[in-house]
Amino acid sequence: MLSRVADNLYWMARYLERTENLARLVDVSAGLMLDLPQRLSPGWQPLIKITGNESLYAEHERDYGEKSVVKFIVANGKNPGSMLTSIARAREIARTVRDILPREVWEQINELYLYVGEHAAEASARRTRYGFLGRVTTATHALTGMFEGIFNEGDALSFLTLGRNIERADMTSRIVDVRAAAMMTGPSAAELGPFETVLWMGVLRSLSGYQMYRLKTRERVYGAGVVRFLLADEQFPRACVCCLRRAEEVLHRLPNSEPLLRRVSRMRRAIHHTRFESLQQGELHEFIDRLQVSLARTNDELARIYFIGHSAPLADIAPIMAYQNQGQNQNKQISA
Amino acid sequence: MRIAWEEYPASASFDELIGPGGAPRPAATALIEFLSALGPEELATRQKAADVAIRGMGITFTVYHEEGGSIDRAWPLDIIPRVIALDEWRRIEAGLQQRAQALNMFIDDIYHEQRIVRDGVFPRSYLADSANFRSQCVGIHPPQHIWAHICGSDLVRGADGTVYVLEDNLRVPSGVSYMLENRQVVKRVFPEVFEAAGILPVDDYPSQLFDLLRALAPAGVDQPEVVVLTPGIYNSAYFEHSYLAHQMGCELAEGRDLVVGDDDIVYMRTIVGWQRVDVIYRRVDDLFLDPEVFRSDSTLGVRGLMRAWRAGNVALANAPGAGVADDKLVYTFVPAMIRYYLDQDAILPNVPSFLCADGQQCEHVLANLATLVVKPANESGGYGMLMGPKSTEGERKQFAELIRHNPRNYIAQPVISLSTTPTLVEGGIEPRHLDLRPFILSGRDVQVTTGGLTRVAMRKGSLVVNSSQGGGSKDTWIVDTSADNAFARS
Repeated sequence: MLSRVADNLYWMARYLERTENLARLVDVSAGLMLDLPQRLSPGWQPLIKITGNESLYAEHERDYGEKSVVKFIVANGKNPGSMLTSIARAREIARTVRDILPREVWEQINELYLYVGEHAAEASARRTRYGFLGRVTTATHALTGMFEGIFNEGDALSFLTLGRNIERADMTSRIVDVRAAAMMTGPSAAELGPFETVLWMGVLRSLSGYQMYRLKTRERVYGAGVVRFLLADEQFPRACVCCLRRAEEVLHRLPNSEPLLRRVSRMRRAIHHTRFESLQQGELHEFIDRLQVSLARTNDELARIYFIGHSAPLADIAPIMAYQNQGQNQNKQISA
Repeated sequence: MRIAWEEYPASASFDELIGPGGAPRPAATALIEFLSALGPEELATRQKAADVAIRGMGITFTVYHEEGGSIDRAWPLDIIPRVIALDEWRRIEAGLQQRAQALNMFIDDIYHEQRIVRDGVFPRSYLADSANFRSQCVGIHPPQHIWAHICGSDLVRGADGTVYVLEDNLRVPSGVSYMLENRQVVKRVFPEVFEAAGILPVDDYPSQLFDLLRALAPAGVDQPEVVVLTPGIYNSAYFEHSYLAHQMGCELAEGRDLVVGDDDIVYMRTIVGWQRVDVIYRRVDDLFLDPEVFRSDSTLGVRGLMRAWRAGNVALANAPGAGVADDKLVYTFVPAMIRYYLDQDAILPNVPSFLCADGQQCEHVLANLATLVVKPANESGGYGMLMGPKSTEGERKQFAELIRHNPRNYIAQPVISLSTTPTLVEGGIEPRHLDLRPFILSGRDVQVTTGGLTRVAMRKGSLVVNSSQGGGSKDTWIVDTSADNAFARS
């Protein structure tokens, strides 16, 4: 597979995943606001923190009201982290690699792009928001299903899977960071009272994890339990550890992946061995910070090895070709 | 409500579906009957369905704008098909095969012995001035002596029903993907017609092209790596490049993905390192192909590609230099070439043409600018033409000067009143002018697409069919009326 194409597929998957995560985030935040009394409400500002681009927001908007925040996150084409930008980029990339995408995949991305472009305003009105965001999530789920259902296993799928899982791990860790911080530094537990559970349920829901949490842990919803579930669970697909494990599985199939494998499994082990119950708020934040840095480095390393790494002078051809054969043998051993 | 075909206006042009007196032509009888039964409202509904399908399938073409850069537009398709009877098509097909064969022999001759020049059939001076003659290609032997592997020839039909060849596109002809996609869409919106059969399928093209390309691989390569080379996403035909790569299951590469090593072999940059490339279906123009040999500022090409090609380490389709025959002046010699190389008469006539390069003919052209079409020898896409009958005094003056300044660069033709076909327009069905671009694949044998891309001028009375200038398109049906199939006879 061409390096440029692998690069494109990886980013296409990241942008699609981001589109879905943003839809989920806005939806659940809106629900949460309705459940909490005004004085306890975290407000809409944390969404800007989670999705980044705080200074850009401050430049363009005057308040952190519902309308401004939702519009910025969903429909602002100038916000590089908005849903509209994400799906537009995914579509632009899909256009460049559409020769290797099954037709249905391209049609689905194209239609989703047209839909978001035409209906983004619906996210601002409470009455139409739920329907709009639901449709976006369903469309991205359909895409994930297509990648599973009609895509040959091979390099293309590998880079899509890598992109999706790295973006997902990144988003989950951001949500945990910002929400946990807000809750632990906000109103005291006594003030929150029964609403503490509601808040943590909201965090779970923003990642579609509420039901899975209940099924898995069979315990009540509480802070440290939710943090552990979202970061360290092996089986919940949006949990960081699960995302990293899936990335590892894919990396095993790719050639030249040893340094990446080392990094990813180190991250995974670090999360696995952390006792979230005994972490102080500051420590959790530091931990997630390190995790985010490591995810960013993984991203750079991928680029170095697969996307731009082959711009070495042609004198290197022979050794690289030899290595390639090794890679193929390795694949055989693993599949055997 | 039924469609009132009796109100369909007759004109001086030949109509492809409706004969004189308002009766449908034999191959179109069943189609007309089917459309009538649908009625205008249902037809409009189906057109909308087609538009939605095209948007959803992302069938697009790119247009350039002075401001705003390039824009991706939905491909315009009129759902009423254009029909050609199979027996007529067989004759056209034979004419195109003959033509492609002669053109390839001409190109190969021009880059080697130039027998046709020595024998006085093709004037040496015309060759010397040709903008698409590439001295860098002299003496090169492409596999099978084929230079123009893919050719798109534009056909038009005159008022008396004669089919003429208007031009041959031998450089990087485009449109075949739209031909294939038009059929997909029309099958979606008119499924009941296709059930009745009689319409020949079109979808074999990508596998034929792939087989042809594979056969060009350098000797000794068992599993050749074939790639499509595109200028990139901003090219007007990017959709097609991507489509063909997809259909053939090969990589779609850009210049920056490829490198030529000191060993004169082409490699592509992949996730596992450098991989050898054996055949390149290039959709980049000659002059941008290799900055080492042609335009040094080109960022679309691959440095050293001509070296690799000359060494026989990579095959290029179409071969660089094939455009020497893609010149409206050379075009006027095609019937002579057919006689010279094949000792046959041309099956398909050219549109009668005047060469401004010839003093006497040039005087005739200058005296009759108001009734002729003047075309530059090396432009495509319908640019830089003078439509005499619709021109202003000023435009004619300007062209007279252009012609006097560079007569070699112009030919002139009488205005052909292009044939028409029923087309859906605001408020009903009206005749619109059209042409046809079949695609000819030349490898070990010569294959012609079943039909081709029908382009239609959507503006009333307009003869300009180019999609870049507001043209639309149609599905083209080759209908077997002789065989016992239900549709053609029902």
